[in-house]
Amino acid sequence: MSVTVRLPGALGAATGGETKLTASGATLADVIADIERRHPGFASRVLDERGAIRSYVNVYIGDEDARARGGAGAKVPDGSEIMVIPAMAGGR
Amino acid sequence: MPDKVSLERKRIARAFGAQVVLTDPLAGTDGAIREAQRRAAAAPERYVYVDQYANPVNRLAHELGTGPEIWAQTGGRVTHFVAGVGTSGTVMGVSAALRPKRVRIVAVQPDDALHGIEGWKHLPTAIRPPLWDERAADEHRVMGTDEAIAMTKRLAREEGIFSGVSGGAAVAAAIAVAREEAGRIVVLIADGGERYLSTPLWE
Repeated sequence: MSVTVRLPGALGAATGGETKLTASGATLADVIADIERRHPGFASRVLDERGAIRSYVNVYIGDEDARARGGAGAKVPDGSEIMVIPAMAGGR
Repeated sequence: MPDKVSLERKRIARAFGAQVVLTDPLAGTDGAIREAQRRAAAAPERYVYVDQYANPVNRLAHELGTGPEIWAQTGGRVTHFVAGVGTSGTVMGVSAALRPKRVRIVAVQPDDALHGIEGWKHLPTAIRPPLWDERAADEHRVMGTDEAIAMTKRLAREEGIFSGVSGGAAVAAAIAVAREEAGRIVVLIADGGERYLSTPLWE
């Protein structure tokens, strides 16, 4: 299954500057593993040592928070768009 | 504000009567800043762009308020001040007030562009706050999000201080300073934990 993965500029350094990638996999974990094969070090930016989505990273499959669909094990429909977003804002 | 920010943030803004304009979540806070600048420039008669990143009153509030308060409340015994850099107003203002009194200023920022220390800036990759001048700090440190989150949880459970992750990050940095240098260290916790209750942090 082929999906599009969009990344913030902050993660571009982990993917050779690419912020829009095509990847494949049946679950979110599979998709991340597919990107990891091409860009070693990517997975650890998104997933913690237990393989769960890091608490300060939000992942959306389409418009839905991946955590609401089972986290890293969430199924990804063919053709979906996945967004990885740092869960942060503001400044003082 | 960037789309996908916590629900509390949107509701707080709406409670104050604001119309919330959501920007590209992938552009983060910098994208929201650019949108605010664009709107202010397009309709200056309609908007006031307060711009806390460049407004000298931000720095002054800490130079005339926070700094002297720390000096008075510690009876002049403070030796170090530790704080994170967001707009940089806190570090810049407290530095102006306390550095002449030989207080060592320690500025902390996230260790990575993709971080979860809300309110802080990873300066090498973010829009640089016009207020910021790194020479205002005697020492620059970085803090990882995992360590900051662990300390945020300890603060709540062990000290009864319910802070945002930036508070845990600042305290963790202050503890690191205390392990290396003797003195009376003041650390600033700038954010409460309540506005993150809907995030995975407290699940």
